[in-house]
Amino acid sequence: MIKNIKLIALVFLIIISFFILLKGLNKTNNYSPNLNSSNIDFNFKAKFLYSNEETTLNELINDKDFSLINIWASWCLPCRDEHPYLLNLNSLGKLNIIGINYKDSEVNAKKFIKEFGNPYSKIVVDPTGVNSIELGAYGVPETLLINNKTQTILKKYIGPLDNEKFAELKKIIKNEN
Amino acid sequence: MLNQIGNYSLYIALLSSILIIIQSPILLNTNNINVSGRIFSLISIQSLMIIISFIALITAFIISDFSNETVFNNSHTSKPLFYKISGTWGNHEGSLLLWLLVLSIFLFIFTITSKNLSNKYRILTLFFQEIIILGFLLFILLTSNPFMNLFPVPKEGTGLNPILQDPALAIHPPILYLGYVGTSIIFSSSLAALISGSVNKTWAKHIKNWVLISWIFLSIGILLGSIWAYYELGWGGFWFWDPVENVSLMPWFCLTALFHTILILEKREIFHSWAVILSITTFSLSMSGTFLVRSGILNSIHTFANDPSRGVFILCFLFILITLSIFIYFIYQNKIKNNFIKTFIVSKETAVLVNNLFMMFFLSVVLIGTIYPIFLEVVNNDKISVGPPFYHKLIVPFMIPFLIFMAIGPNLNWIKDKIDKINLQQLLFFILSIIISFIFLKRVGISYLFSLPLFIASIFLFLITIKDFSVKKTNLSQKISHFGFSLFILSILVNGVLAKEYSSNMKVGDERKFLNKTIKFESLEVNESKNYQSLEANFKISDKNNSINLKPEVRVYDQPQTITSEADIKSTLYSDNFLVFNILKNDGFYNVRYQIKPFMIWIWISVILISFGGVLSIVKKND
Repeated sequence: MIKNIKLIALVFLIIISFFILLKGLNKTNNYSPNLNSSNIDFNFKAKFLYSNEETTLNELINDKDFSLINIWASWCLPCRDEHPYLLNLNSLGKLNIIGINYKDSEVNAKKFIKEFGNPYSKIVVDPTGVNSIELGAYGVPETLLINNKTQTILKKYIGPLDNEKFAELKKIIKNEN
Repeated sequence: MLNQIGNYSLYIALLSSILIIIQSPILLNTNNINVSGRIFSLISIQSLMIIISFIALITAFIISDFSNETVFNNSHTSKPLFYKISGTWGNHEGSLLLWLLVLSIFLFIFTITSKNLSNKYRILTLFFQEIIILGFLLFILLTSNPFMNLFPVPKEGTGLNPILQDPALAIHPPILYLGYVGTSIIFSSSLAALISGSVNKTWAKHIKNWVLISWIFLSIGILLGSIWAYYELGWGGFWFWDPVENVSLMPWFCLTALFHTILILEKREIFHSWAVILSITTFSLSMSGTFLVRSGILNSIHTFANDPSRGVFILCFLFILITLSIFIYFIYQNKIKNNFIKTFIVSKETAVLVNNLFMMFFLSVVLIGTIYPIFLEVVNNDKISVGPPFYHKLIVPFMIPFLIFMAIGPNLNWIKDKIDKINLQQLLFFILSIIISFIFLKRVGISYLFSLPLFIASIFLFLITIKDFSVKKTNLSQKISHFGFSLFILSILVNGVLAKEYSSNMKVGDERKFLNKTIKFESLEVNESKNYQSLEANFKISDKNNSINLKPEVRVYDQPQTITSEADIKSTLYSDNFLVFNILKNDGFYNVRYQIKPFMIWIWISVILISFGGVLSIVKKND
């Protein structure tokens, strides 16, 4: 009897895992750029890195046509690799680059910016990481391209920006204009 | 031409696989030698066919035959020959063909080395192994055929990812696969032994070699992966608790537990069921690893394919195998001998049990850290990120008792030992390690809660394993592996505590002071190589007595265009000097990161020592 219960329990567990993984497989697409997912809440509050004022992301993304939200941290080594790309993107002038400083200490974050240059128009801090997770972040670095008018995510990059992604970003901005 | 050869040989292999699966249940109860002869020749044909198809693919890569879609997608005429060959398994299709190749070769070796075992056991093992082979053959032929034709034939291929152009990575997948696939033999043979009622000493003795072989290859495979991450990714770390790394670590924990259990089974005829359960689990974990990496369900820096239909196939196959093995286990469980041999708490048996418990704990931590985020997201749409802090918090405190047990356990006797055996000598070593750790940490100035006990435990283990070389009782291979492990933990600890990093923006001619050293950016030159351009910098690091030159590079590959930073690392026995630089803006400044990593080389050496212990154990037994 006990043996049967064990067997049933095990098989049950396996069937559940099977369906969860199966569902996970079909969901995989959501990871890559999902053009329709406009249902992201930009309304959360966050503090600026360089002042103590609070703001919402909504207020931040109104300036230009596109916003680029970049989630970064000073302890994140790949962020250093991608930083030149951000500086470069900023110099194009068409993007409003917003930095979300993820689970970082204020001192280190400022030091990082001082050392590598500041591509961001605004930096907000996310000391607990909750806001970034609500944005759908998997880790740092992560970059979201947002169309400000429609408030939709056009493109989402998990991991550091590289040449390929950089070229793609440039192309998108050009075409949409 | 090559495509046809490859394709047809795979179909012939498929046919022989089906023939063997159909025939073997009928032949179970005969002892006819002709019959086993026939199956044997079928297996030989199958192995030969798979080898031919693999050679066909390698040849296609070497001669850059772009009528083959896989070659077109993953190669380029300007690649060096070595990377053309390694490109064969650097992609999804080719790597599966490699899996299959290793599977069939291992089965062939199993067949010729198991002649003195019972017919029933052998045929059953072949049966289960052929089911796995059939699954992989179908998977390859239906979803990821490496021999797809392209017409018209393109003139040039689309390149191999330059980050994969590294010698350590070129041989890393094959070695890791040897480990994974070895576990399939353990799986099949444990099921066969279960059904034929021969889970006993003889089986343990026979399967021990396979456990060791898989374990050695897995260890070396993981090592090579870490070395690649350290030298190529240029982040200065060697283990990131990345899901893809985790899935290779999980079977390793399981195999380590299994190996210790098998030893007890061989010597004392206990833990029968446990050994079978571990065998099944090990293989399931290896397969799940393949599933997680290949299906793209994980989002990691090195996930490969992103094709759900492939994922569904592996998932179904995986669950059929697991369910099948669980049912077989429950049906034939009664056949397992239940030996209740009286053992006492202080004994070698308990020590192995404790080892197993710890291994299972570490396994669960890694398993949960890897799987839970996936499950949570599917079920609840919640996203969490599980990073190194999670693993460190859960694993580090439990390392302390684990290390102490590892120091005491191997010196215990079978069946019963006296408690007062934890004797004066060990006590002395313990006090010594307390003193050493205390002085060391005081000098370094670290006061993290767990660091003192952790250092004490690891130095204690280190001292005991060195002392053990003078004791005759235990065997040499064990001493080497255990010593290697203690060295491994100690090197990681010292490395973690003493590592120093300096980062700054510099231009040519700049000089910076760091600790007692001077870092000078001496020169920068542009070089042309076969398939990339490079910026080679020359840094001079000098202190009072001596100076070294470090020459990191930034490479710009042309096919596809990618920039990679190649760190320059100078290793000595005491420490590694690690220097990497990145292009910043176009104003002549470069971001320079310099790290001193003490005892880095000992981490590699110790893993080699651990594996060498295993090799020695195989060689010695065959005397």
